[in-house]
Amino acid sequence: MNARRLADLLPPLAFGLAVLILWEAGVRLLHVPTIILPPPSAIAVRFATSIPTLAADFWQTIKGVLAGYALGCASGLVVAILVDRSLFLRRGLLPLGNLVSALPIVGIAPIMVMWFGFDWQSKAAVVVVMTFFPMLVNTVAGLESASAMERDLMKTYAADYWQTLFALRLPASLPFVFNALKINTTLAMIGAIVAEFFGTPTVGMGFRISTEVGRLGIDMVWATVLVAALTGSLFYALVAGVERRVTFWHASYRAREV
Amino acid sequence: MKSAFPIVTVVLAIVAAWYVAAALMNAPLQRDLYANAGRTDYSTQDLIVDSLNMERPKLPGPHQVVGELYKLVFATPPTSKRSLVYHGRITLEETLVGFLFGAALGIGLAVLIVSVGWLERSMMPWIVASQTVPIIALAPMIVVILYQFNITGLAPKAAIAAYLSFFPITVGMVKGFRSPDPLQLDLMRTYSATPAQTFLKLRAPSSAPFFFASMKIGAAAAVVGAVVAEVTKSEDGGLGARLLAGSYYGQTVQIWAALFAAAALSAALVGIIGLIGRIAERRMGFVQ
Repeated sequence: MNARRLADLLPPLAFGLAVLILWEAGVRLLHVPTIILPPPSAIAVRFATSIPTLAADFWQTIKGVLAGYALGCASGLVVAILVDRSLFLRRGLLPLGNLVSALPIVGIAPIMVMWFGFDWQSKAAVVVVMTFFPMLVNTVAGLESASAMERDLMKTYAADYWQTLFALRLPASLPFVFNALKINTTLAMIGAIVAEFFGTPTVGMGFRISTEVGRLGIDMVWATVLVAALTGSLFYALVAGVERRVTFWHASYRAREV
Repeated sequence: MKSAFPIVTVVLAIVAAWYVAAALMNAPLQRDLYANAGRTDYSTQDLIVDSLNMERPKLPGPHQVVGELYKLVFATPPTSKRSLVYHGRITLEETLVGFLFGAALGIGLAVLIVSVGWLERSMMPWIVASQTVPIIALAPMIVVILYQFNITGLAPKAAIAAYLSFFPITVGMVKGFRSPDPLQLDLMRTYSATPAQTFLKLRAPSSAPFFFASMKIGAAAAVVGAVVAEVTKSEDGGLGARLLAGSYYGQTVQIWAALFAAAALSAALVGIIGLIGRIAERRMGFVQ
C-alpha cells in the first residue's frame, strides 16, 4: 500500500522538480531579467525574507475568505432546503442559479467595496455572493438524490418531513454538498483577491500583488502567488479530507479501499 | 416550457426585492439631501420616489440600470468612449481571442495527456492541483510581463482570458477522452485499430458532451479573465475598465450597467455554445 502510494507520487514530484530546475537554469542561462521572470531561488529567498509581510497579507485576506465562505455556504444550504419544499420555487430558481454560474460575479467587487468599506467585510460580501449559488444548485440536486425506494422506506416508518430530511435526504445529499464546498474554496479565494484589487487597507494578498506589480517587484508578486496557491490547495485539501471522513460510505471512496 | 412561469415569477420577485432594497438603502442618503436643501415638507411618497431616482445611489433601482444600459448601448454612438457597445466590443474581442487560444491549448494538452502515459501520471496531479489555486492572482503580473516585451493592447488581456479558460478545458477534455467504456476500447483492439484510429473514431466522438460542457465553463472563465485583466490595465477600455472607472468616481449606475453588460456578454456566449452543443449532441445521437 505505502509502496504503491510512493510510486504514484514519484512521477508528479519528478515532473515538478524538473520544471523548477528547467526554470532556474533557463532564467540563468538566457539571462532573463528578474522583472520578467525571477528564478525560483530568488522567489524562495524573497519568500523567506518577507514572511512577516506575507503573513499579515495572509491574515487580512483569509478573514474575508473564511467569513464569506461560511456565510455563503451556510445560506446556500438553508435556502436550498427551503426551496426544496416547493416544486414551483425549484423550477424557478434552479435555471437562474445555473445561469448565474456563467456570469462574471467578481464584477460586483467594486459595488461591495462601496457598500461595506475597504476592510475585509467587503471581500467577505463578494465571497458570499460567489459561493451562494454553487451551494444552492448542488444542494437542491443532492436533496433529490435519495432514491424513491429509500423515501418509501421512510414513509413506511411513518417518518415525518423533518425526520426524513435529517435521517435520509441530508446525508444522501452530502456528496453534492461537498462538491459545492470544494468548488467554493477556489471561488472564495478568487473573490477575496480580486475584490482587493478594487480597494483595501494597505495589506492583503490582492493589494500586495497589485502594488508590487506597479513597483515591478515581480519576485514579491511570485512569493504572494505562492502563498495564495498554498492557501488555496490547503483549503481544498482540508475540505476534501473532511469529505472523506464524513462520506466514507459513498461509492467513490468505497471503491478505492478494494 | 413548463418552467417558464416559475422562472418569470422568481425574476419578478427578485426585481421587487431589489426595489425594496434600493428604497431602504437610499432613503437615508436622500434624507440627508433633503436636509442639506432645507426641505422638511416631503412626504413618504416623495422620499421613496426620489430615493429610487438618485444620481449617485447606494443601490440604483432596476429602471435606472435599464435606462443607463439603454442610453449607453442604443442612444450613444458605438464609437463614443462612453458607449457600452464600444467597451463591450473590446471585452468581446479579448474574450474570443483568449478563448480560442485557451481552447486549442487545453484540447491539445488533453490529447497529449491521454495519449502519452507518463505525461498523464506526472502532469495530471499538477493540473488538478492548479484548479485549487486562485490563478487569477497572476493576472496583473502577466499584463506587466507581456508589457516588458512590448506586447500591449489586446494581447495581454487575451492571454489572461486564455490562461483562465485553458485549465477547466484540459480537465474536462481529459475526462471526455477517457469516457468510452472498456468494452468499447476492447472492441477497437479486436479490430486491431491503431491508437490514432481509436482516438479519432472512438475517443474524440464520445468526448462531445464533455467538449461542450468544458467549452461553456471555459467561455465563462474567459470573460472573467478579460474583465479582471481590464481592471488591472484599464487604459485601453473594456467593461472591466468601466467597472473600475465607476468605482473611482462613485458612479454606481455606471458600475451596474457595465456589470449587466458583462453578464449579458457571458450569458450570450455560454448560451450560443449550449445551443450548438444541444444540436450537435442530438445529431450525434447522445440525446434521444
